[in-house]
Amino acid sequence: MTNITFYVPQDAAALAVGANDVVTAIQAEAKKRQLMVNIIRNGSRGMLWLETLVEVVTPEGRVAYGPVEADDVPGLFDAGWHEGKPEHSLYHGLTEDIPYLKKQQRLTFARVGIINPLSLEDYQAHGGYEGLKKALSMAPEKIVEEVTESGLRGRGGAAFPTGIKWNTVLKAQADQKYIACNADEGDSGTFSDRMVMEGDPFTLIEGMTIAGVAVGATYGYIYLRSEYPQAADVLNKAIAIARETGWLGNDIQGSGHAFDLEVRIGAGAYICGEETSMLDSLEGKRGQVRYKPPLPALKGLFGKPTVINNVISLASVPIILAKGGAYYRDFGMGRSKGTLPFQLAGNLKQGGLVELAFGITLRELLYDFGGGSASGRPLRAVQVGGPLGAYLPESQWDIPLDYESYMKVNAMVGHGGIVAFDDTVDMAHMAEYAMEFCAVESCGKCTPCRIGAVRGTEVIQKIRQDHQREQQVHLLRDLCDTMLSGSLCALGGMTPYPVLSALEHFPQDFGLEAAPAASQA
Amino acid sequence: MTTPASPAAAQPASDAVKQAALNAVNRYAGQKGNLLPVLHDIQHALGYIPDDAVPVLSEALQLSRAEIHGVITFYPHFHSKPMAPTVLEMCRAESCQAMGANNLIDHARQKLGCDFHETSQNGQVSLEPVYCLGLCAQSPAVMVNGQPHARVTPAKLDKLLGEGA
Ligand SMILES: Cc1cc2nc3c(=O)[nH]c(=O)nc-3n(C[C@H](O)[C@H](O)[C@H](O)COP(=O)(O)O)c2cc1C
Ligand code: SF4
Ligand code: FES
Repeated sequence: MTNITFYVPQDAAALAVGANDVVTAIQAEAKKRQLMVNIIRNGSRGMLWLETLVEVVTPEGRVAYGPVEADDVPGLFDAGWHEGKPEHSLYHGLTEDIPYLKKQQRLTFARVGIINPLSLEDYQAHGGYEGLKKALSMAPEKIVEEVTESGLRGRGGAAFPTGIKWNTVLKAQADQKYIACNADEGDSGTFSDRMVMEGDPFTLIEGMTIAGVAVGATYGYIYLRSEYPQAADVLNKAIAIARETGWLGNDIQGSGHAFDLEVRIGAGAYICGEETSMLDSLEGKRGQVRYKPPLPALKGLFGKPTVINNVISLASVPIILAKGGAYYRDFGMGRSKGTLPFQLAGNLKQGGLVELAFGITLRELLYDFGGGSASGRPLRAVQVGGPLGAYLPESQWDIPLDYESYMKVNAMVGHGGIVAFDDTVDMAHMAEYAMEFCAVESCGKCTPCRIGAVRGTEVIQKIRQDHQREQQVHLLRDLCDTMLSGSLCALGGMTPYPVLSALEHFPQDFGLEAAPAASQA
Repeated sequence: MTTPASPAAAQPASDAVKQAALNAVNRYAGQKGNLLPVLHDIQHALGYIPDDAVPVLSEALQLSRAEIHGVITFYPHFHSKPMAPTVLEMCRAESCQAMGANNLIDHARQKLGCDFHETSQNGQVSLEPVYCLGLCAQSPAVMVNGQPHARVTPAKLDKLLGEGA
């Protein structure tokens, strides 16, 4: 009897909707039917409305069924899913042909959902470690040049060119340098870091190792938020495997290069995603923002030159080295090169991860991929770039998603999180929440943020309750001005973006006339 | 909620605390800036970080008590008081709000008879806010004792708490 191979994701998004129960059900049902099954736990394909998405291996390829719940499993066997038959209503045909996936340009996520995350063999069979092998034969300057050539800009939010940052660390003279991976992923609406860490952890390890070889750093830290215990588990297992097989350690694959790393778990503070606050946290302190200069690239972790990069930035490095900077650069538009894994979240029918070149519009993402609202009501406002990103009204949904175009309208692409709201949203409430979030998460180092956010929350409450509304709106704008220009970091400095965009584009929600004059501030 | 224990009852606990703190310090000895891993370890072993652990850590790690206390209180994940057997973390962030998290949270508050950072009237559930669990495409999301749950409805939440509480 032949073995039937199933893929059932172990990604937290699948676990959260019962993937482990589905596995148990498949095993029980197969036993009953005397079928031999082999279940591989992969990452998620990123079509998250279909989780748990189960794939069955057939001679034609992998066939998808979803969303599968444990109760569906007997019926699926009855319908012949173990032979890839189409009779069941959860059948979606070949996974690769599902339009949502087929229309993507997957570079960073090329392997996620396809391979077994903890199989080094699988990883290498799908192009893994090609980038590092190349890097090991190159001079450090050449590696940095390749990354610069690719046009890669930091995916953590600030979009600073990665090659330039690496060059600063490369040129710094020190007895010890570090690579610090920012895996704090605190922005609402984002989960791409998590998906890559859970679905293809060796990519991040490889990217960090390349960074280490390039700048002369021999040790790395992954600063991972405590909300991601599954990712911690996968990363730690992958690191152990990489050590055993000589992909980490004192002499990587006999090259003479040393690099090792460890995972450090955060403790629920959003501000620790800010890079200098993260450094303090890694040093075992309260996560308070540091003044700059000195740049972390020159005086970072434990006072040593440190490359700080986001998970997606580092996970994009292997393919850049493997295929060349020019290959990566040819995706995208303007000064936004390469691809971004957009994350569709909130009130959308088809939420998930969509990796595409920069330049796509919000409207295309919301409707062609997202399928419109989940509630069936009209979409009204979309927050892009996390809790510090602006709310965009429909009139702005045709602006191409690239860093510069968004900056022109006081919005930001950030980490690529897209949160959609339908017409039941109260934007004055969302503005109040933005201020409250800033007050809760403020590190307390500077006054505009520490005090301003508390005052801002009160002021918006007064506006909503119609206590001296006009004066309070005036006060709110003043306060936002102070926070924008007087805050030490972008938590206080950018909270005004969601607040002011809500006020500008949705004045009715604040009890104001939609007067054109008022919106020109 | 009754917490005050007699000094006699606190004594043996204090030994356990000391042991947990020293174990944690030993486990991460030699790792630079290891206070966070040490605190995680203690919380993992005891469910929270008792005040008694602070002087032990202060001596073992050569840090002032104020510094350690400051770190424990800075991070929402660390607790200085015991938690209920079931810890329910509910996402308050934007994406979950777009899918009805505020209603779900009201439902939980009512059912448990407590607010965030408090324990339910029957002492079985600690209710904590979180700001995004990375499950935003399947909002609203919650965690129950570290296990993620997505697309949560009030009925589903009742079922989860029924099992866990
Ligand atoms: C309040 C705040 C929170 C941040 N959170 C994150 C985060 O969770 N993950 C991240 O990669 N960058 C975050 N950043 C940006 C980092 O400060 C930094 O720019 C980034 O880690 C650098 O890596 P990159 O160049 O690869 O993007 C945050 C910034 C601020 C101001
Ligand atoms: S803006 Fe807020 S979070 Fe940033 S340094 Fe100032 S107080 Fe800290
Ligand atoms: S906003 Fe709730 S899980 Fe991300």
